[in-house]
Amino acid sequence: MVKVDVKDLSIWFGAIAALKNVSLQVKANEILSIIGPSNSGKTTFLRMLNRLNDLNPNFRIEGEVVFDGSDIRKQDIEVLRKNIGMVFALPLPLPLSILDNVAYGVRMHGMKNKKQIAQKVEDSLKQSYLWEEVKDRLDESAFKLSGGQQQRLCIARTLAVEPQVILFDEPCSGLDPISTAKVEDAMVELKEKYTLILVTNNVKQAARVGDRTAFFLNGELVELDNTDKIFTAPKDKRTDGYIRGKFG
Amino acid sequence: MRNPQRTEKIAFFFLLLSTLLIVVPVGLVVVIIIQKGLPAINWQFLSDMPRQGMRAGGIFPAIIGTLYLVSGAIVFALPIGLLAAIYLSEYARDNLLTRIIKLAIINLAGVPSVVYGLFGLALFVVFFKFGVSILSGSLTLGIMILPIIITSSREALESVPQTFREVSLSLGASKWQTIRYIVLPNAIPGILTGTILGLGRAAGETAPILFTVAAFYLPRLPGSIFDQVMALPYHLYVISTQVPNVDEKTRYGTAFVLLALVLTMNLAAIVIRYRFRKKKKW
Amino acid sequence: MRKIKEFFIEKLILICGLASIFFVVLIFLFLLKEGLSVFITVSPFKFLFGKSWYPISEPAQLGILPLIMGSLLVTLGAAVISVPIGVGCAIYIAEVAPLKLKEILKASIELLVAIPSVVLGFIGMVTLVPLIKNVFHLPTGLTALSGSIMLAFMAMPTIVSIAEDALYSVPKNYKEGALALGATRWQMIWRVMLPAASSGIVAAIMLGIGRVIGETMAVMMITGNSAVLPKSILVPVRTLTATIAAEMGEAVVGSEHYFALFSIGIVLFIISFAINVTADLFLHKRQ
Repeated sequence: MVKVDVKDLSIWFGAIAALKNVSLQVKANEILSIIGPSNSGKTTFLRMLNRLNDLNPNFRIEGEVVFDGSDIRKQDIEVLRKNIGMVFALPLPLPLSILDNVAYGVRMHGMKNKKQIAQKVEDSLKQSYLWEEVKDRLDESAFKLSGGQQQRLCIARTLAVEPQVILFDEPCSGLDPISTAKVEDAMVELKEKYTLILVTNNVKQAARVGDRTAFFLNGELVELDNTDKIFTAPKDKRTDGYIRGKFG
Repeated sequence: MRNPQRTEKIAFFFLLLSTLLIVVPVGLVVVIIIQKGLPAINWQFLSDMPRQGMRAGGIFPAIIGTLYLVSGAIVFALPIGLLAAIYLSEYARDNLLTRIIKLAIINLAGVPSVVYGLFGLALFVVFFKFGVSILSGSLTLGIMILPIIITSSREALESVPQTFREVSLSLGASKWQTIRYIVLPNAIPGILTGTILGLGRAAGETAPILFTVAAFYLPRLPGSIFDQVMALPYHLYVISTQVPNVDEKTRYGTAFVLLALVLTMNLAAIVIRYRFRKKKKW
Repeated sequence: MRKIKEFFIEKLILICGLASIFFVVLIFLFLLKEGLSVFITVSPFKFLFGKSWYPISEPAQLGILPLIMGSLLVTLGAAVISVPIGVGCAIYIAEVAPLKLKEILKASIELLVAIPSVVLGFIGMVTLVPLIKNVFHLPTGLTALSGSIMLAFMAMPTIVSIAEDALYSVPKNYKEGALALGATRWQMIWRVMLPAASSGIVAAIMLGIGRVIGETMAVMMITGNSAVLPKSILVPVRTLTATIAAEMGEAVVGSEHYFALFSIGIVLFIISFAINVTADLFLHKRQ
């Protein structure tokens, strides 16, 4: 089943083209990894999906991005962002307590009942494997957590609003190997319920968790295939070169 | 013959001299007022009505009048200034309109204080028929401190990291929710600092209240916002230039109370800013 | 429901965003409304260049040249004093002072801004005025010079803080480049920093002067308030601002005198508008 259908997508920031004629489909309950050197347009692609690029006044978009049966630009932006959640490159807890961080989204969407909220927070933290570590100090500032814990908090915060698709923008770039493994475990687990799109600079990470992998270069989609195929028999020479570490 | 090292020494000496020429008199002003004004301060001076044509008694109604005026000014200026700051920091795009707004703020800050007085007289006292009253004076002072509040609130709002806004929006919160629950709470110390500085400015200004509210000699408290009041800065002006034979002590005492009021506010602003910087979580 | 509420909040924010423009226009309009009437009886030329200001004689003589000259004289004197000292202090704070001292100096300059002008006027009256009187053996110490000195102090914080900002924002590699070529720090400041920061310093000076022209209370208390064409800096003068402040209390609303004082307000408004816009252009040139 196709979850997100991107057709002939081009994006500019002012005069600079960030993405050129990208077409791809994201399937439900898969992890789609997007790899490529920096400035290849992967993060722009990701931020396009929940319309964070709209914050940039020079942003311009052409093409079609269908999610849930209609183009994302025709949808209510708040509902869209609730359905397509995002985990950022660095752990970015809000300056609130652990509990309030996770509860932030549902509160904004109108949940008021304290018990309901507490239950939601517990469920979300369990899903991101953080519950056991923080259950006794939910009222502490989120900034007191370690980097890896903060990132799992951010995942829990995203899960709490019950998205259908979760975007990961290099979620492990600031983390040590052990924390990275924990985040990756969480991601594989999440695939059961959600569709995941993972942008990563770490080619090995894409190989470890991605069902399929897309390779972006200079704003173009060079190749998209099953992950083992991309890593064992890429069709394009540039893909091969990037994976072997020849550039980027 | 030209020795760069010696030239530098001479130049730096003159730079230091200029600095001292500013800083030393500032210190002197404060020291003189404290030294000569403090002995005049006692409970009676602060809590009594002025008597015998202001040559005796206290300055109570002037203190109360200034407090009324300052509160009125802030009640008017804070909401407008804060919302204007939110507009500039969160909504305004980089276009001609924004440029004009910024220019207007700069000009508002530069309008001579006595011109504010004229404006208040023409608009509030005469046109709206509020009369010479607390209401007219407060509104005039409020417009005058608007640029201070806008500028400092805007700085405070803009210093909240953009990533916080993105996180909030990415969770499906609306723009206003993001401002209300994320941006504003984290900008409060800065907004408070600006507000207090605005208060200090309003408390010390004389020219804008000359024709809009200030009473020459009115030894009673105001009954409503349509009454005149005495005010500390105007009272100091009056007893030092308009009334002969006022005791030195009374003048210095009044100057001391005014200066203490204004400096306390500034000090509070500085302390808040300093503690905020230390506590900053990001 | 929430959306409707937010719609109205955002409209309110927009309206408040435009409030500054609204108030500037409103101020100007009301000055015009009250001030232009004076030109029914006095020609603008006679108003600006008439040599006598006797607003309550019969018939009234409404020439503001003595007041303009009074303002100019006091302002010029204040500029001569405050510009070198202010810029010097800005350089000292930006480039010479050690970090700790820098903070203390900045705080004391902020303190100077905070002191109400009526307090400075009072202190000027009791310290500066007798001093001027004794030094120059004058019949009165209430002179243009006293006003200039006092106003110089009020201009300095503006000059110092904006000039210091300008110096601070000179790119680091300019400085390092000059020092690497073996220049002393003073040569670096004189030949590299000052030219690079020049437009910001010009803006600082202009805004300082703007502050001086608009200053009212202190100047009214120590310049002697004599509305005649000044022949030297050691005689009493009266400025535009002081005239308004001193006479509006007695002017009858709707009288010619009242209108004339508003016309002076128009002149002041236009001067401060011109200064602020030009200074802003200089400040933006830098970026």
